[in-house]
Amino acid sequence: MKTESRLERVLSQGQFAVTTECGPPRGADPDVVRKKGALLKGMVDAVNVTDNQTSVVRMSSLAGCMILKQMGFDPILQMVTRDRNRISIQSDILGAAALGVNNILCLSGDHQTFGDDPEAKNVFDIDSIQLIQLVKTMRDEGVFPSGKELKGAPRLFIGAASNPFAEPFAIRPLRLAKKVDAGVEFIQTQCIYNLDRFETFMKEARNLGLHEKVKILAGVTPLKSAGMAKFMKKNVAGMDIPDEVIQRMAAAPKEEQADKGIEICVESIQRLREVEGVAGVHVMAIEWEQKVPEIVEKAGLLPRPAFS
Amino acid sequence: MIIGQQKAIEALLEMLSPYDNILLVGCHGCVTVCRSGGEKEVEILSSTIRLARETAGRPIEIREVTLERQCDPEYLEVMRPYLEDYQAVLSIACGAGIQFVAEKFPAARVLPGLDTTFIGVTEQQGVWAERCQACGDCVLHLTGGICPVTRCSKSLFNGPCGGTTTSGSCEVNKEIPCGWMLIIDRLRSTGQIENYRKILPMKKWRSSRDGGPRKIQREDLMG
Repeated sequence: MKTESRLERVLSQGQFAVTTECGPPRGADPDVVRKKGALLKGMVDAVNVTDNQTSVVRMSSLAGCMILKQMGFDPILQMVTRDRNRISIQSDILGAAALGVNNILCLSGDHQTFGDDPEAKNVFDIDSIQLIQLVKTMRDEGVFPSGKELKGAPRLFIGAASNPFAEPFAIRPLRLAKKVDAGVEFIQTQCIYNLDRFETFMKEARNLGLHEKVKILAGVTPLKSAGMAKFMKKNVAGMDIPDEVIQRMAAAPKEEQADKGIEICVESIQRLREVEGVAGVHVMAIEWEQKVPEIVEKAGLLPRPAFS
Repeated sequence: MIIGQQKAIEALLEMLSPYDNILLVGCHGCVTVCRSGGEKEVEILSSTIRLARETAGRPIEIREVTLERQCDPEYLEVMRPYLEDYQAVLSIACGAGIQFVAEKFPAARVLPGLDTTFIGVTEQQGVWAERCQACGDCVLHLTGGICPVTRCSKSLFNGPCGGTTTSGSCEVNKEIPCGWMLIIDRLRSTGQIENYRKILPMKKWRSSRDGGPRKIQREDLMG
């Protein structure tokens, strides 16, 4: 064990891990995070706190992590390279580790043109793969990327994202391999609706031996309605929702579509669990955190392992 | 070449509102090629401004001059004799040219008539596109001759990000091809895909603008 991370512990014991995410509020009210946290108690092994996702300003990921940490969760600090240069990144890593954060998810981040501040200057001093290297260097070598010594290495379990569904498909396993080479220890994937394509991706990943070097958590997002499915298919880049999934949603009466979405999500988890190399599931119930317990329970993932 | 785009006429008229006579200076360099600041554009812009000011009941006198290049000191001398007769200089060269005019003629009020936009190419007649950000440390030998700094909207050195669309465009805009998709296709077609497996390290941005304004001194050429 390189860290105090509960997620690392669950995964290293070979148990099927469950993570979820919590989007911080667009305001300074900590109770919003607390309420979301209360719904997730005992349901998951770790909780991602997003970092200004889709470039919309929200409470900082670190602040959200601390609120959840106080509630007994093992938060995952999401960090994008869009808004910080390497100086700020190193500093935030030290600060997060000092406050007891055990996990980091290294991302480049959505382009700022998606959010409310499209006129902002972006940073992208480094990319997500270089961020993985940076964290690993600080943690394992006890030095800053500059080579200067640091005192008190940040013991963070290192994660990153992978999108098996974005073009060019053929390069996606190789890109995952680069993240593994950089030192990533767990991966959370983009929401999976096209399970056939995901299995092809995993087959490629296994051929490269990646499943033995990194813990892959399959991402799922329950669909609230056929309308949401159509919207996501059309508007979210790198999102692959097959027509049959949309048809299944649309076939249900409107008031039952949310239940259908949960049913499809649970089925997906059960199938993903059987895929060789899938070490866990990442349930992203976007602004629908109250459904996470139902999904986790129906998927037979309770109780979560307890550690003294 | 350096690509520029003339400022909107409304903005220029606002900028010129304090003046009754100006020197309008074009450049025979890049901005002539990209049809935004050459002799012809000087003529057209001059007529447009004069007409607008006449219509507004406040005529303006404009002297037109187009220099060989505004970024070389010897050519700037051509405009020196006219300077004291005019209240301001409106330059439609790139930002370097405009600043060099200001630098060489300390008493002159120098106004920008052009927005300098990028270093680019003529994709087809009337279409220019960015290709280089002058970052000062070229990696094109590793990326199939396609620049990740310029062509990827996030300047990722180890792309592509997860936002590439099914049509191969960037998440930012459907009109922008994913730079990393172009790089990968090119590495494949030229038998260099193994380049992709190497992690490109954190870039030394000091060679870019981040090290402060840049300067090259070639002693072999210096007098």
